[in-house]
Amino acid sequence: MRAVRRVEGRAVVIDRRDVDTDQIIPAAWLKRVERTGFGAGLFEAWRRDPEFVLNTPAAAGASILIAGASFGCGSSREHAVWALQDFGFDAVIAPSFADIFRGNSIGAGLVTAQAAEEVVAALGAALADDPGARVVVDVVERTVAIPSAGFTAPFALPDYARWRLIEGLDDIGVTLRHVDAITKFELGRPDWLPVSGPRAHVTT
Amino acid sequence: MSGRLFDKVWQRHLVASPDGEPPLLYIDLHLVHEVTSPQAFEGIELAGRTVRRPDLTVATMDHDVPTTNPLGPITDPLAAEQMARLRKNCEAHGITLYPLGSAEQGVVHVIGPQLGLTQPGMTVVCGDSHTSTHGAFGALAFGIGTTEVEHVLATQTLRQVKPQAMAVTVEGQLPASVTAKDLVLGIIAEIGTGGGTGSVIEYRGDAVRELDMAGRMTVCNMSIEAGARAGMIAPDDTTFAFLEGRPHSPKGAEWERALDDWRSLVTDDDAEFDREATIDAATLRPVVTWGTNPAQSVSIDGVVPDPASFHAAAQRQAAQRALDYMGLQPGTSVRDIRVDTVFIGSCTNGRLADLRAAAGVVQGRKVNPAVRAIVVPGSARVKAEAEAEGLDAVFIAAGFEWRSAGCSMCLGMNGDILAPGERSASTSNRNFEGRQGPGGRTHLVSPAMAAATAVAGRFAVPGDLEGAG
Repeated sequence: MRAVRRVEGRAVVIDRRDVDTDQIIPAAWLKRVERTGFGAGLFEAWRRDPEFVLNTPAAAGASILIAGASFGCGSSREHAVWALQDFGFDAVIAPSFADIFRGNSIGAGLVTAQAAEEVVAALGAALADDPGARVVVDVVERTVAIPSAGFTAPFALPDYARWRLIEGLDDIGVTLRHVDAITKFELGRPDWLPVSGPRAHVTT
Repeated sequence: MSGRLFDKVWQRHLVASPDGEPPLLYIDLHLVHEVTSPQAFEGIELAGRTVRRPDLTVATMDHDVPTTNPLGPITDPLAAEQMARLRKNCEAHGITLYPLGSAEQGVVHVIGPQLGLTQPGMTVVCGDSHTSTHGAFGALAFGIGTTEVEHVLATQTLRQVKPQAMAVTVEGQLPASVTAKDLVLGIIAEIGTGGGTGSVIEYRGDAVRELDMAGRMTVCNMSIEAGARAGMIAPDDTTFAFLEGRPHSPKGAEWERALDDWRSLVTDDDAEFDREATIDAATLRPVVTWGTNPAQSVSIDGVVPDPASFHAAAQRQAAQRALDYMGLQPGTSVRDIRVDTVFIGSCTNGRLADLRAAAGVVQGRKVNPAVRAIVVPGSARVKAEAEAEGLDAVFIAAGFEWRSAGCSMCLGMNGDILAPGERSASTSNRNFEGRQGPGGRTHLVSPAMAAATAVAGRFAVPGDLEGAG
C-alpha cells in the first residue's frame, strides 16, 4: 500500500448526510473482477444531473471530498472506496463515517478525516467563497487547513489507521508476524466447531 | 466471568493484543460469494500466499445469479465471469462451494444457519454487510470489505478495534399484527441510521425472546441499517432446537458439551452497556418506509410525513429530497399509495417462515392485475421445502412468479430490477435511491404486508383484505 502523509488539492462538497455506498458505486458496477476502473461509476445516478457538484469545473482534478454525516453507510462493498480513489479522491472529510466503509478506506489507503460538524460547515463556507481554494489534509498532524483562508482545524483518525497510512503498511504482513500466536490459538479451539470438509454431511 | 454476551464471544477469540495495534480476532467461519471475493483471491495469489483454513471457509453464488432459469446459460457475461472465477478460486484453494444448481446454493446468510454452520459463540464474517444476520444465534458476525476478505483468507484473523456494546431492549409483547420486520424497522426509526455506529447491539427483552429463529435473523440482519457493527441475541432453547440435527451441528456427546458451553453465552445480570435504548413492544405497528433510508418509516395507519414537521434542518432537507425521489406528497395516506411490483425474498425475509407467512395471506386470493409480484426463495433448500408444502402452488395460483434462489431484486445485480419510477413493496433491507434499479422507488415491508399489498394493489395489511377474519 502507498504511504499517505498528506493530501493537498482542491475539494468538492456534497451537502448531504447518509451518502450510502449504493450511491457511491451502484450494484451494477460490482460485477467487475478488478480493483480498478470504477471511477466512471462513481455517483453514477447523481452525475446524470448536470448540476451535480462532480460535474462542475471545480471538481476537475479535485482530490478531497467533503460530505455530511454517516458517509459510506450501507453495503460493505470496498468498490465504493476504489471508485472514489479511481476518480481521484485521496481523502474524504465528514462528521462521521459508517464503520465498514472506514475500515475499507484504511485498508485501501483512502484517508477518512472525521471532523466536527462545525469544521465541516466552515470548510463548506470557505469553499463556497473560493471554490478553487487548496485544502490540506495532514495525516501526520491530523489537521485540515485552507491556508488561503487562514483556516486550520483538527480531525479524528484512530492511531492505528494513522500509523498504517503514513507507513503504507500491508496489514497481512503485519498480522503474519503473529503467525505463531494464531497457530497456538487454533490448537485450543473447541472440537465441536464446524468445518466444511470431512465432517460435512451435505450432498450437492 | 461477569460480562456481556458480546464480551464473552470477543474474549474467546482474541489471538493477540499487540501494543499499538488493534487486537487480532480469530474467525471461526468465513463465508464467501462471487462479488466481493475475486480481487481478494487475486491479492493472495499475487503475494504468493495461501488460504490458511479452507476448511473454515464456505462459498456460494448468490448476488448476481439468475433466478428465472438457474440451470440455463448465464446470459450476463460479467456475472458468468464472476461465477467462473469463484469456481476456479475454490477449486484452486480447496474451498467448499455450493454453486448455482447445487441443492445447498442460496443467499449466503440463509445457507449458513440452514446448514448448521452458524453456531452460538462463533465469529462469522463475510464480504457482505448483512452478515449481521448470524448474530441471531449468539455469534459475533459482521460484514467486511474485500481487503479484509483477503486478510481472513490469508490469516483466518481480523484486526478489529473493539466496538462498544449497546443494548436494545424490547419490553412486553408484540401486537398480533406486528412482525419481526416491523420490530426492527421500529428500532431503526427510534435509534436512527447512525444509532448503532461503532457498536454491537444486543437485542433483549421479552418481545425478542419470543421471536422464532427466522424472526431473530430478520432483526439481526438489519442491525447494519442502524449503523451497528453487528447484532446479537443470546442463544436459548429456541436456538438449540433450531440447530439440533442440522448437517454441521455437533452430534452425540459433542452436542451435549456444546450445549453446556452455549448456555453460558448470556449477558450477566450485573453487566452494564455503553449505550441503551428501550422500546415498548405494545407501541409498535406494521410499518412501511416512505423515504430513502430505512429509518424513514411510518405506520400503515399513517400518512406520508411533511418535511416541515422535522426539527433538525438536515432532517427536513433529507425528508424533502426523499419525497422528491419517491414521488410522494406529504399527507397522503399510506393505504392510498399504489405499487407496481411486490418482491418477497432476500437475506432479510427469504426464509421458509417468511414464505409461509406470505402464502397464508395470498391463499385463495389473486394478485392485483396492475401488480407484478415475485417470490424468490432465500435458498435452493428453502425453495424445495416450500414446494414440498405446496407453497409454490399457492403463490402461482395467486399470480406470483415463483423463482429460484438468489439475492435478486434486493440489490438488482442479476437483472431483476425496477424500471425508472416504478414503485415496489419489498421485503428486502434497503430503500436507498436506485437500490432496486436506477430510478426505482422501494418501500420496505414485512412478508405479510407485501402479500396483502400484492392483492390490494396498494399498501395493505392482511386484515384489510376482503374476507379477512
